[in-house]
Amino acid sequence: MQSYETVIGLEVHAELLTDTKIFCGCSTEFGKKPNENVCPICLGMPGTLPVLNKNVLDLAVTAGLALNCEIAEFSKFDRKNYFYPDLPKAYQISQFDLPIARNGYIEVEVEGEKKKVRINRIHMEEDAGKLVHAAGGDSMVDFNRTGVALIEIVTEPDIRSPKEAKAYLEALKNILQYTEVSDCKMEEGSLRCDANVSIMPKGSDEFGTKTEVKNMNSFKAVEKALEYEVERQMEALEYGEEIVQETRRWDESKQVTISMRSKEEAHDYRYFPEPDLPPIVMKESELERIRANIPELPKEKKERFVSEYNLSDYDAGVLTSDKKIADYFDECAKKSENPKKPANWIMGDLLRVLNEENREIDEIKITSDMLVELCKLEEDGTISSKIAKEVFEEMYKNGDKPEEVVEKKGLKQISDQGEIEQFVEEVIEENPETIEDIRNGKDKAMGFLVGQVMKKSKGKANPQMVNDLLKEKI
Amino acid sequence: MKLHKLSLYEAKEGLDKKEFSAKELVTSTFSRINEVDEKINAFISVDEETAISKAEEIDDNRAKGEKLPPYAGVPVAIKDNMCTDGIKTTCASKILENFVPPFDATVVKMLRDTGFIMVGKTNLDEFAMGSSTENSAFFTTKNPWDLNKVPGGSSGGSAASVASAEVPLALGSDTGGSIRQPAAFCGVVGFKPTYGRVSRYGLVAFASSFDQIGPFARNVKDVALSMNVISGHDEMDSTSADIDAPDFTKSLDKGVNGMKIGIPEEYFQLGVKSEIKNVVKNAINTIDDQGAMVEDISLPTTEYALTSYYLISPAEASSNLARFDGVRYGTRLSDENLKSLYYETRSQGFGEEVKRRIMLGNYALSSGYYDDYYLKGLKVRTLIKREFEDIFGKYDVLMAPTTPTLPFNIGEQIDDPATMYLNDICTVPVNLAGLPAISVPCGFVEGNPVGIQIIGKPFDEAKVLQVASELEKTLNLGQKIPGES
Ligand SMILES: [Zn+2]
Repeated sequence: MQSYETVIGLEVHAELLTDTKIFCGCSTEFGKKPNENVCPICLGMPGTLPVLNKNVLDLAVTAGLALNCEIAEFSKFDRKNYFYPDLPKAYQISQFDLPIARNGYIEVEVEGEKKKVRINRIHMEEDAGKLVHAAGGDSMVDFNRTGVALIEIVTEPDIRSPKEAKAYLEALKNILQYTEVSDCKMEEGSLRCDANVSIMPKGSDEFGTKTEVKNMNSFKAVEKALEYEVERQMEALEYGEEIVQETRRWDESKQVTISMRSKEEAHDYRYFPEPDLPPIVMKESELERIRANIPELPKEKKERFVSEYNLSDYDAGVLTSDKKIADYFDECAKKSENPKKPANWIMGDLLRVLNEENREIDEIKITSDMLVELCKLEEDGTISSKIAKEVFEEMYKNGDKPEEVVEKKGLKQISDQGEIEQFVEEVIEENPETIEDIRNGKDKAMGFLVGQVMKKSKGKANPQMVNDLLKEKI
Repeated sequence: MKLHKLSLYEAKEGLDKKEFSAKELVTSTFSRINEVDEKINAFISVDEETAISKAEEIDDNRAKGEKLPPYAGVPVAIKDNMCTDGIKTTCASKILENFVPPFDATVVKMLRDTGFIMVGKTNLDEFAMGSSTENSAFFTTKNPWDLNKVPGGSSGGSAASVASAEVPLALGSDTGGSIRQPAAFCGVVGFKPTYGRVSRYGLVAFASSFDQIGPFARNVKDVALSMNVISGHDEMDSTSADIDAPDFTKSLDKGVNGMKIGIPEEYFQLGVKSEIKNVVKNAINTIDDQGAMVEDISLPTTEYALTSYYLISPAEASSNLARFDGVRYGTRLSDENLKSLYYETRSQGFGEEVKRRIMLGNYALSSGYYDDYYLKGLKVRTLIKREFEDIFGKYDVLMAPTTPTLPFNIGEQIDDPATMYLNDICTVPVNLAGLPAISVPCGFVEGNPVGIQIIGKPFDEAKVLQVASELEKTLNLGQKIPGES
């Protein structure tokens, strides 16, 4: 089989974090009853006109700057005309030839290798509504999403593997979340991704025929769908079939891509300048204001974590891969004498429970103060690391402060020589055979005795002291 | 006293002086409508009950000595393509036959806030497309001066309602001449303000970059007064200009002495009938006599205006009218499946002229033709705009005929769309450039009214009204009402 090179370009729609829609004052709150967040304007009633939400422009420019783009001094809105019941005006207000931002890039890292994925353009547009198909065959429309502000971020065909595509998406999501441009919740549709995929013989500089893959609802799905599509195209070429330019849909349950429509059925959108909205002229002072408000981005934050908190590159990478976690850690680190400790807690037990329960860090009861306190108790020997885990579980479940848990449950470590000595003597008395083994050189048996002492102390004895005393007595 | 004959300012004065009550005035409006509208067909709908009860409320408040808004009790009619809260807004189309908007157009709200009483919605060419009001899906409005003739269009209902003294004031919309041309045909004053001077919010769009709302009245002062009410920036309309509106009545008595007035020669070619030329030239001479400097000028791009207009405006219309798909409101003529819902609703719901323009527009915008048609149209538009800018560097206003012909007979041009389009030949350039322009009656030819057009610089409405007022005074035609001397 000939070896092929994969070429992928991604188009990502991100819902902007605005309280109101792009051209009217309706709320953008998710999860409302159907058609609760609507007004004559976003329903496209005759006579209504759009007025641009200033915040949308700010966020789009923020995204542009964070993604290293040039911001257009002059841009405009256009109409994209097509009929569909979820599109009230039968045109979408979008940007065609003069988008707000162009020529940017994101740096991504795949298996230790860094590369730049270039961004061709970012443009603003309004979202459409949602069709709901009822059991009886009736179709209904929910216009709550209609007019919600989106940006579309289009890459150059720079991505060479499904893994890279996933890495790009993760990096993009991270930046959009850091800048609070979008919450990027794929499950709520606030981040959507379409992919253009083609393959070409290795070494060739001529792209193959591409297909567009839609309907991928998670990062994992993107990776899977692209893997499938690349495989499908390779097989087709091997069998001498031609790849047809078409749109394909990812079927999550069957794990395959399915043809939706061919190029012949492609729309003629009849774009033209939106006459109801004046062009956007970006003033330098406005641009400066927006630039000044861009927070620390993931890359800068990672570098700072390494230099300021002495973390490894890897740890800093894990901790900055999510803005909320990075902020949480940052708070802990500032309050802690040894930031490595809270870092370990976060990367270990905390991320584990969050993943298990599919929760966000700002939804849990353990505050940064509490986590730092837990680290302190462990470090100064008040509790053992094993007990610390027990305390952590309690904190997570009930939101109790660590000192309270220790106090209430009597978990303080026993470091009293006399008390431990008593347990040690008891254990020696009860296990004469084991003592014999140890004297005969069986070191492993020592561990058993330590365990027995710990058991008697209900885990509270200082393990180092137990060890020392046992050695002394035997 | 025949209250219906009163002009806007006369009605206001009479109410202020308590010479008659708001109820008496509004009642007289409806008795006039009942008397003449059977023949003229200016109104698609009237709202007598609400209007009378509003008038009673105003009279009560006046009796109590409460402070009333300036025009409390004055009747007004609205072209039926402007949204009125709770009242049918049909655009004279079957597709919106039963559409009741849940909001008021900004202009309607402004009129209500200043005390005007909306008495009804007037007829138009469907979606404001046409020059004769024959394209209404419901009925044709008649010219009050000659019932065999058209009132012009598309605001024919509004023009006829004012001409026949059913109301002292009516609002229309002007996309390519739809206020000025019917004003000329019906012998009333019709004013298209600068694009952006009056909010378009709530005006059902025909061609967004051309559409502008404006008033019809029987004299220039009424037009100026109503402009004071409806002008100004509207946050709901991004294309509305953020410029303070002056008091438009302030300039009315200043005369034209020393003013420089250009007469574009092209507007007297373009197939303009000689009887029109004569009457218009005569009017220009009287202005010349009042001390203005009148000079012949040339606007060579004029001959391309109509072509540019008929590429760009249908393009915008094709998109603006796409929302009438039977999904959310208005008429739905099939719901067998999605395709038939669209096809049946739109092919039966729209009339011939509307469908013609949608087709033209879609063609001009489609890929492969965009550059040759739509884009070229835009380029010509820019040239025309620049030419006006240059001329207005030297002249205060321009004067020209409003229409190339006298009102024509009903049915005479309806099967010949190309000829019908020529009716707007003198008015269209103004819309391409977004300028303010007025049509004022300047004489009669065999009982048919003739209009003269005064065109001004952007946002220089005051000067246009100043010249119009002087012309009205010197010509002294009076506020004629057909059938009454
Ligand atoms: Zn809305």
